[in-house]
Amino acid sequence: MDKAMSNKGVIMLYIFPALFLLLALIYIPIVQTGYFGLMKWNGMGSKEFIGLTNYSRLVQDSLFWSSAYHSFLLALFSVLSLVGYLMISVVLAGKIKGADILRKIYLIPMLLASVAIAQLWMKIYHPTNGILNSMLMSIGIEEPPMWLADPNLALFAIFIPIIWQYAGFYILIYYAALKNIPESLIEAARIDGATAWDIAWKIKIPLIMNVIKVTIVLAVVGSLKYFDLIYIMTNGGPNGASEVMASYMYGHAFRGFDFGYASAIGFFLLVICLVITWIIRKATAVKEEIQY
Amino acid sequence: MGKKAHTLLVAMLAVFMVVMAGCSSSNEATGDSGSNGEKTIKFMHLWPTGSAKQHNLITSDIIAEFEEENPGIKVETEVLENEQYKNKIKVLSSSNDLPDVGVTWAAGYLQPFVEGELFAPLDEVLNDGLQDSFVAGTTEAYAINDQTYGLPLELNIAPVYYNKAIFEEYGLEVPETYEEFQEIVKTLTDNGVAPIALGNKDRWTGSLWYMYFADRFGGPEVLTSAINREGTFEDPALVSAAEEIQKLVDNNAFNRGFNGLSNDEGKSEFMNGKAAMYMMGTWELPNYTTNEDVPQEFRDSIGFFKFPTVEGGKGDVDSFVGGPGVGLFVAENSDVQEESKAFVKFFVEKWGERAVTEAGVIPATKVDTASVDLPDMYIDILNELNNASNLTLFADVQMSATVAETHLNLIQSLFGKEVTPEDFAKQHEDALSRE
Repeated sequence: MDKAMSNKGVIMLYIFPALFLLLALIYIPIVQTGYFGLMKWNGMGSKEFIGLTNYSRLVQDSLFWSSAYHSFLLALFSVLSLVGYLMISVVLAGKIKGADILRKIYLIPMLLASVAIAQLWMKIYHPTNGILNSMLMSIGIEEPPMWLADPNLALFAIFIPIIWQYAGFYILIYYAALKNIPESLIEAARIDGATAWDIAWKIKIPLIMNVIKVTIVLAVVGSLKYFDLIYIMTNGGPNGASEVMASYMYGHAFRGFDFGYASAIGFFLLVICLVITWIIRKATAVKEEIQY
Repeated sequence: MGKKAHTLLVAMLAVFMVVMAGCSSSNEATGDSGSNGEKTIKFMHLWPTGSAKQHNLITSDIIAEFEEENPGIKVETEVLENEQYKNKIKVLSSSNDLPDVGVTWAAGYLQPFVEGELFAPLDEVLNDGLQDSFVAGTTEAYAINDQTYGLPLELNIAPVYYNKAIFEEYGLEVPETYEEFQEIVKTLTDNGVAPIALGNKDRWTGSLWYMYFADRFGGPEVLTSAINREGTFEDPALVSAAEEIQKLVDNNAFNRGFNGLSNDEGKSEFMNGKAAMYMMGTWELPNYTTNEDVPQEFRDSIGFFKFPTVEGGKGDVDSFVGGPGVGLFVAENSDVQEESKAFVKFFVEKWGERAVTEAGVIPATKVDTASVDLPDMYIDILNELNNASNLTLFADVQMSATVAETHLNLIQSLFGKEVTPEDFAKQHEDALSRE
């Protein structure tokens, strides 16, 4: 093995397939998208080069910025929800009774397809027959909110299933990370008289800081490019009240036949994600690495 | 160790080859000849066995008949559900990879495909004796620059369906004028019944209501000429139409939360007898006549009426929102274009013979009501169709895709009262003049 790995030709040979696929399926399309963004193009037929018109239109497009604002709100809520997941994981990893069952319960939403989750929550939110409004009506509220039809509520009504959907995923990550902390460390702390709170706050969380950083990036980037539930549950409506960047892009490409502008949005979305990721990495960089 | 690594490499290469093969096969030209000189027509349609069982059956029958009459030609189908179909067609168009024959919509929807030279003109097929069998005005919706690019299969109008049982319970009569209609709405809301079922998440559903008001206030031309830029969207009639929509909303004429419900969800309010009225295209007719999955009692209790006239308005009661539904296209770059054209012709003729009796679809070709046995509701609708003074094509189909998006979003805001009627008109005008 060592011999093979020192041979540059062999290394190239091994890397090539993965590299080729990555280039062909990810990087080249990204460059192409940026290029299409410079075109007036309806998705078929000829393209007309219009320079940066699409991008300047994007900067001035208030609908785009409102959808971007919604995306950032989602990112904010997702990150806040991480705190909750972390707490749940700390409790679960702390050898409580039934932790195993609870962990599985939290994981179940992750096993459902987005479409199924969307259908489920659309039934829950149904203005007249949904269980949510039926419950509200049975406790005496005569005009319960019309969750997905009310422009002030629609966005937040969708946030709930989105956050619920990913709970299992993050809990699983935190749980695994917490389980990796050597028992001896915890025991040593306990002998020194540390409370459970101290152990969690001063030992466990600093030790899994790297994992937390990764989940923040995942949550933020995942939120910024989020699409599925919104597309199915409201399609960005009513009138853009729950539009996010990705659904706005989709609308322009596949309903508005404006692939040029949609490409510009897509490329811009990528740039935003890259910048945000970089900022998070910078902001959360720790000077000294804490180790076991 | 080295041996193991090389085995791994071989395995990886194998996977790689498979992936590459998968990528490349889709690039093959459509309609390739089979091994024994057989020709294959690729046909993509949107009638899956589940949601459009009868359509699907008729289609397969017609294909089987065609293959029998034309030995050496095979028709290969790919079936997708409506929304997926629309998306896939767009993806295939951008890679110039359309099936030989497929389903399309008229007017504004058709425009980019024609401009991109993706569809073949079908005039020679029409002039080959087929033109006369179409109802006047249907193929015109598929014509761009005097050439026809699609052969329509369906013709629809949108009446208001109503539940006779509910009407009887509250002593209501079919309205002739809009005042009577408003009375009905009032009586029903007073009694806690939702007057109108609407699922406006899909937006075109609300557009139907708006279009009727536009027609009844300003006559048949006002909306069409605003769209084709002969007129303006700030016409008083178009503003009044928007005002009237908001009055209906204020009077709770529509079921609760309609802006968050899809058409199917809205429809279910009508189908389970919770709402008294529902406006929809005649493609819904089977649900009120022949569809065995719907209880007989419900089917018998459904009638329809024409959208009432507005006092002082220019529109008359026989003017309908509607027009040709889907049609068939032939791809310009098809290798089997001649065969495809023959297939499309064959399909349209057979479809005309069978669609109405078996699938409950009103075809775009003329129906001889005397020779076929049809439920009464069909005969009535066909008579209305024959007496129609005007058919206004669905607004979002008339418009180009970008403007249609603006229109549909504005419709949703109008119903949600997030835009004033004046702004509603103005934003339409801006979007249309930007084109």
